[in-house]
Amino acid sequence: MTTAAHSVVEPSPRSKAIAGTLVILYAVISMIPLVWIGMTALKTPSDAIAYPPKIIFTPSMAGFCDLFTTQSRQTEDYIKTLPPPTDTCDEITRSRGLVTAGPSNFLPRFFNSFIIAFGSTFLAVALGTLAAYGFSRFKVPMADDLLFFILSTRMMPPIAVAIPIYLMYRELGLSDTHLGMILLYTAVNVSLAVWLMKGFIDEIPREYEEAAMIDGYTRLQAFRKVVLPQAATGIAATAIFCLIFAWNEYAFAVLLTSGSAQTAPPFIPIIIGEGGQDWPAVAAGTTLFLIPIVVFTVLLRKHLLRGITFGAVRK
Amino acid sequence: MADVELTHLTKRFGTTTAVDDLSLAIADGEFIVLLGPTGAGKTTLLRLVAGLERAEAGAIAIGGRDMTREPPVVRDVAFVFQQYSLYPHLSVYDNLAFPLRSPVRGMSEAAIRQRVEETAHLVRIHDKLANRATRLSGGQMQRVAIGRALVRRPAIYLMDEPLSSLDAKLRSDLRLELKRIQAELGATILYVTHDQTEAMTLASRIGVMDHGRLVQIGSPREIYRDPVNSYVATRLGTPSINLLPADLLPADQLAVGTRTVGARSEHILISRVSGGLARGRVVRKEHLGGHVNLHVLIGGAEVVKRVDADTDFLVDDPVDVALHVPLCFDHHGDRLDAGGADANT
Ligand SMILES: Nc1ncnc2c1ncn2[C@@H]1O[C@H](COP(=O)(O)OP(=O)(O)OP(=O)(O)O)[C@@H](O)[C@H]1O
Ligand SMILES: [Mg+2]
Repeated sequence: MTTAAHSVVEPSPRSKAIAGTLVILYAVISMIPLVWIGMTALKTPSDAIAYPPKIIFTPSMAGFCDLFTTQSRQTEDYIKTLPPPTDTCDEITRSRGLVTAGPSNFLPRFFNSFIIAFGSTFLAVALGTLAAYGFSRFKVPMADDLLFFILSTRMMPPIAVAIPIYLMYRELGLSDTHLGMILLYTAVNVSLAVWLMKGFIDEIPREYEEAAMIDGYTRLQAFRKVVLPQAATGIAATAIFCLIFAWNEYAFAVLLTSGSAQTAPPFIPIIIGEGGQDWPAVAAGTTLFLIPIVVFTVLLRKHLLRGITFGAVRK
Repeated sequence: MADVELTHLTKRFGTTTAVDDLSLAIADGEFIVLLGPTGAGKTTLLRLVAGLERAEAGAIAIGGRDMTREPPVVRDVAFVFQQYSLYPHLSVYDNLAFPLRSPVRGMSEAAIRQRVEETAHLVRIHDKLANRATRLSGGQMQRVAIGRALVRRPAIYLMDEPLSSLDAKLRSDLRLELKRIQAELGATILYVTHDQTEAMTLASRIGVMDHGRLVQIGSPREIYRDPVNSYVATRLGTPSINLLPADLLPADQLAVGTRTVGARSEHILISRVSGGLARGRVVRKEHLGGHVNLHVLIGGAEVVKRVDADTDFLVDDPVDVALHVPLCFDHHGDRLDAGGADANT
């Protein structure tokens, strides 16, 4: 067998081409559902369920209108007596023989998702960072066992303890409350946060804190002024992982929330329109639901990349 | 500035005793240089004084106050680390200002700026003040690290090989600068180095450490001329002292019981002999600029003597060697004729 001589660090053009093709192929396949959702969001309810599926269609805002409003069917005569429509949504709705009855629950649900996901992410990262600092810098008795215990909370799917948690929450009055959901997601995420942050903090030489303490700072001040800025990358990466979990979590949200604290994931799939599932509205809700996490991830993508490969490459 | 007193300090890491029952009194304004091989416990000693390690036994007093159990903040020491640990997320300016911005000092930003700029000029880093601390060469980082200590006026400066990664010119410049600052401020300094020149020129007293113990402490002259054992004798002097069996070479004034003699260049007399009578032979000449190290092979041992650069000895010249009042050591390597060398001058 003959192989052409090539650089050790630089992949050969052929392997680069193969890798590139595979990555692009994977990206395209993963994008198909997203594109489909985006297209459905812009269809009319009848186009959305047409068979065979319509690839070419006239875009409509009906899905978004249905998402944000509730409607009721009225007779054509009644609609004629109304004052002229005030916005495009009114127009679309009326053209389908419906009138806007009021705002839907989508915005409050979306807002719940925001509070619960960001609240629990903040708590998990804050607690995780402090715990990780403790494990990294001090002689904690049975540190390895404790760390293993923290990790072991992740070994079964959280939903396995759904029933005890459901009962507990009912007794404690935490069902369908923001606080309850924030605590729950924090508890699930904190183990991930401790482990990730411990890796990052272990990489920050303790000499920096020692120097700061000699320079006239207490350990806590040194932690704030010297450790935190250097752990920023790790904190950002950890925050993204926690946020993605809390934002997307479905099972507990279905189980424990139904009204005032309901998050978007259990709300979106059950948007009912005239004659059953309102697919364009569901797709529109999903599209909007994706945006915050995409924005957050894109903003922090540099940190995320470094975070994932951290420890693999030493500076 | 303040005096520092260490009494019977002991620090263990598992089974290694890094600092072993060490006592040392540093007077206010003194410049103590610690010499010792790698692993001798020099860094550990500095960290004990700074409060970064907790001693198993012994006491530390700074300015007359017992500090054995106090945290670093209250000890008021400045530390130049062996691995210059500049804060990587800060600029050079902010690194230098960092100790001054500490809540315990409460200095105004204007006063801080003035002090930082003074110090930056002193360590010649003023043109790099805006740089990130990580965008510097090794020598520049080391100067910032020294500067970060010098901005302060602490009870004692602890310096762990602060000049080790500088070029020879800058090193000798900063050496002079350090000596000047020390004299000007009356600073108390505890300084670790492997460099003999630094030790000889900077120290009021040199302490020689080995295996966590302080083997000898004294003025540079004392340590050089009157080492308590052969180990200390090897620490100072270039070329390093020749340790030879007592009966190898003719010598005057050997103490009774001498097993090993220590011969520095000034103790060695090399004479040219003709013909087959010569016992030794020049095997190598090392040209070191201002002088030459002459290596002579005699009786199976190699003796090195520093001579003038214009020496007329050539390689392969037959020679004979005699010793004049060398240092005498017993079979443990301890000095037998202590005080003798000084008495001779
Ligand atoms: N944190 C630590 N844990 C365990 N052992 C240590 C620790 N720090 C130092 N030691 C040990 O203590 C001894 C003294 O180390 P120290 O760093 O004080 O040496 P040193 O004289 O500064 O050496 P060098 O000239 O190489 O800097 C060594 O044997 C070292 O292995
Ligand atoms: Mg050291």
